[in-house]
Amino acid sequence: MMMHMKPSSGAHVGAKNTVSHIMWQVMLAISPATAFGLLCFGWPAFNLFMITVSSAVFFEAFCLRLAGRIAKPAIMDGSAVLTGWLLAMTLPPWAPWWIGVAGSGLAIILGKQVYGGLGQNLFNPAMLARVALLISFPIEMTTWANVSPLFFSQSPGFAESWHITFSGLENLDASTGATTLGFIKTEFSQNHVLSEILKDISGLLNFIGWTRGSLGETSTLLLVLGGIWLIRQGVIQWHIPVSLLLAVTALSSVFHIIDDEHYISPFLHLNSGAMMLVAFFIATDYVTSPNTPAGQLVFGAGCGLLIFVIRTWGAYPEGAGFAILLMNAATPLIDYYIRPRIYGRDRQGKPLEIPKS
Amino acid sequence: MYVLSAIVSLTLLALFLGFLLGIAAKYLKVESSPIVDELESLMPGSQCGQCGFPGCRPAAEALAEGKAPATICPPGGSALAEQIAALLGLDLDLSEVKEPELLVARVSEATCTGCTRCFKVCPTDAIVGAPKQIHAVVADACIGCKKCVDVCPTECLQMHPIEVTLRNWRWAKPVLPVASNAVC
Amino acid sequence: MGQTCVTRSEQRRMLSFFSKQLIRGGVHAEQHKAATATQPIVNNFPLPEKLYIPLQQHVGKPAEPLIRVGDKVLKGQLLAYSQGMISAPVHAPSSGIILDVNDYPAPHPSALPIRMIVLETDGDDKWIKTYPVADPFQLTPEDISLRVGAAGIVGLGGATFPTAVKLNMGRENRIDILIINGAECEPYLSCDDRLMQERPEQIIDGVRLMLHGMETENAVIAIEDNKPQAYQSMKAAALPFPHIKVIQIPTRYPMGWDRQLIRYVTGKEVPVGCRSSEIGVTIHNVGTAHAVHKAIRHGQPLVSRVVTVSGGAVTRPMNVEVPLGTLISELFNFCKVNAGQVARIVMGGPMMGDSLPHTGLPTVKATSGILALTQSELKNTNEQPCIRCASCVSVCPAGLRPLDMANNIRINQLDIAVDLGLKDCISCGCCSYICPSNIPLVQYFKYASGEVAARQQAQHKSEQTKRLIDARNARMERIAQQQREDELARIAAKAERELLKAEQEALV
Repeated sequence: MMMHMKPSSGAHVGAKNTVSHIMWQVMLAISPATAFGLLCFGWPAFNLFMITVSSAVFFEAFCLRLAGRIAKPAIMDGSAVLTGWLLAMTLPPWAPWWIGVAGSGLAIILGKQVYGGLGQNLFNPAMLARVALLISFPIEMTTWANVSPLFFSQSPGFAESWHITFSGLENLDASTGATTLGFIKTEFSQNHVLSEILKDISGLLNFIGWTRGSLGETSTLLLVLGGIWLIRQGVIQWHIPVSLLLAVTALSSVFHIIDDEHYISPFLHLNSGAMMLVAFFIATDYVTSPNTPAGQLVFGAGCGLLIFVIRTWGAYPEGAGFAILLMNAATPLIDYYIRPRIYGRDRQGKPLEIPKS
Repeated sequence: MYVLSAIVSLTLLALFLGFLLGIAAKYLKVESSPIVDELESLMPGSQCGQCGFPGCRPAAEALAEGKAPATICPPGGSALAEQIAALLGLDLDLSEVKEPELLVARVSEATCTGCTRCFKVCPTDAIVGAPKQIHAVVADACIGCKKCVDVCPTECLQMHPIEVTLRNWRWAKPVLPVASNAVC
Repeated sequence: MGQTCVTRSEQRRMLSFFSKQLIRGGVHAEQHKAATATQPIVNNFPLPEKLYIPLQQHVGKPAEPLIRVGDKVLKGQLLAYSQGMISAPVHAPSSGIILDVNDYPAPHPSALPIRMIVLETDGDDKWIKTYPVADPFQLTPEDISLRVGAAGIVGLGGATFPTAVKLNMGRENRIDILIINGAECEPYLSCDDRLMQERPEQIIDGVRLMLHGMETENAVIAIEDNKPQAYQSMKAAALPFPHIKVIQIPTRYPMGWDRQLIRYVTGKEVPVGCRSSEIGVTIHNVGTAHAVHKAIRHGQPLVSRVVTVSGGAVTRPMNVEVPLGTLISELFNFCKVNAGQVARIVMGGPMMGDSLPHTGLPTVKATSGILALTQSELKNTNEQPCIRCASCVSVCPAGLRPLDMANNIRINQLDIAVDLGLKDCISCGCCSYICPSNIPLVQYFKYASGEVAARQQAQHKSEQTKRLIDARNARMERIAQQQREDELARIAAKAERELLKAEQEALV
């Protein structure tokens, strides 16, 4: 029996995981939180979600064609869908359609494809788009709809939702308000103290997600469950979420103990804004986070520190997007300095000394 | 008034800096380009002329003046091209570089007359032999310049590719999937 | 000393949660061992008509043949002697007539020719007279090494380093502990497993002989915990010898990488550029121990080995003892390989082994397994962009960053790849195995290592060329100078002659 094959090197067998498998697992993990967000904010949120995801796919295909590549396999890996999905999670649920389209365009074109596509980008595309939108369209990006679940009589119906998505809200004040963090920030600026501010805010509702906020960021519970599932599946490592959340908890505890009227409690920190989405789904983005466990711990702690600093002393009530982008920029540096120790060498790369017996 | 003072101060600054530059150009002038020497030292130095220049020095001069691409030297291959590009700060598209097809001269015993012409022109003394005796090529020393082939009266010297053996066999570079280049 | 070493390592293992990890990286690969590990080693392999015996089946210099074409040889007769410090002799795997000593395709991914002795067997399989030793412990340790060297024994785990050289190094360096590698971490392979199950006494005896040959007290036999039967039988066989410990180690590829195993068992790390004997540890394979037993007790050189034949395309997967030099095609015929299904032939394990282009290649001392894999067993080769998931970083037992290395190699930045640790890569295949984007990382590293070596050679050659050209130019200059001087002398002489002539004429 003679046959001729070109030489190929090991490993000849492989694990059964693929890029698209990883992407689909992440999507599965965020789908409960997404479903809950869609339930809370009704048909307009559904419209926005669909628009954002489909335009992300469209922009991806557009860029790939422009680069002269076959679009289909690259789209099938699910990365564009995931980017659009994560971006939609961070948008105000009743934002107009063009916010979703512009966001997806920013994320896919400026955040990903200009760098050369999947795996090449320096910044997290979804966070880049969110920050760009927040700076460019501050009104639309801070108009938070009240919780108005699907199929409730007060909630906008399907037809009305088209109106909200495509021509904007008419009676703003009746159906919108501020997020918890935004509300606290405004109240602080009027020299109110926390014990007065927090009278009307329920920590439990924040935990479940029954509160004003971005489309998919509100439900701490479901996001944490999804994140833990991802860690159990081995899709993400525990290092970044744990160090990020620990950093925020530690800092906010210290300040809360020192002055509990001006620094919000760690519980509220963890249950508000984009904290959980960022900790489990954004900061853990493979492409823009460090490669080594030690580097990931540093990265997570850095994100936590920046989030706390921006939330506490910055101009924006929510700092997660900025924190992630800043730490993304630091990732190559972290990877340069924090390297795994090579077997038989010390941390500096010199061969180990032979131990004297 | 502010505008005037701004214009005046910036003009003065520009004049002063321009003056400094002029002085620097005069006193710190580099007489001859040391880069040519550096380039020449990188090159094989066999003066084989495969690049189209009459020797390594002219080729190095052309490189220094930017008249020749970094990939000029066929015997140097991609390794040399990379060194030259690093020295000159050029962008290098290695996909353009063909790895030199390594050739060595071989004497066919049947037709060699022992005329000694070939070993007189060999720049590396890679051909051994004596008058009226069959010559032989030391493959390890042959640089493939083909000078001997040109002078051989009986065409007994021919260039042959270096034989691949287990000792010099190498793994090929994995090729990227072709799908990325095709337009659907 | 060694005993305390073991107990200390056990303590360390318990404390490993708090101190450093004892196992670095690694993957849990699908085992695929059951098909062959549950059946006894097959001994009735039909003797092939022709055996192709390469002169180099080991690390070091090839052996030098001392037979001539047409010679009649007996099984176990020396065919080629070792030359140089690091080399191993080659013996006749069966009796017969030497047909040829020439170049034939080597069992190597390129299948380029290598010198081989072709032996036509006569079917008698008649042994040459052997000299068994009744009580080998009366032999001096040097004598043990000599006999092991003369039997042509090399590391049978795949490294094929001459065992005698290792025993000598052991004596020179004072070894505290001898580790016997029974990890067999590669999927599919089970030849060591079967050997441990069926011939534990012989292996233990080989271990004792090795200890004697190295003048070492203690040995540890490390067996992965997916081989409980092998562990039990080895433990039973080792019972009378308290200085030989049998331990179970976690199943995690590449546990059988010698340096990983040394780290796990002793807690010590072998520094880069050093041999393990320099830190007082030597490691041998169980198959090698078995071969040492046969060589010393029975005086039989290494002429056969147990080979695992497995893979999806094999109808009768098995461990089979074959004479060295048996063509793979004969093995495949015996094991009923379904030729239509074979997508790749692999020599060795599926993680580190190399593919072979065809089956007309012989089995050698290093051949622990021959796999005939079907397309569905192979890793998908549809390469996608790297998503920097860093799985490869976490599985790398050497502590490298394969993704950065591969990215630099792709753009021909080989120097950066070397800085990142290219030379510390052991080609274990963990990174390629785990990569979700199906990037052939190991092949990138093998390519780059070869390329770096080739460039160093080219550099060397170019320096050599320059020296040759300078020498030639100097010689040419000297000759030209000589000619100029001769010319001047001639002109001067001529002028003088003319002057003389003129004077004479004037006189006349």
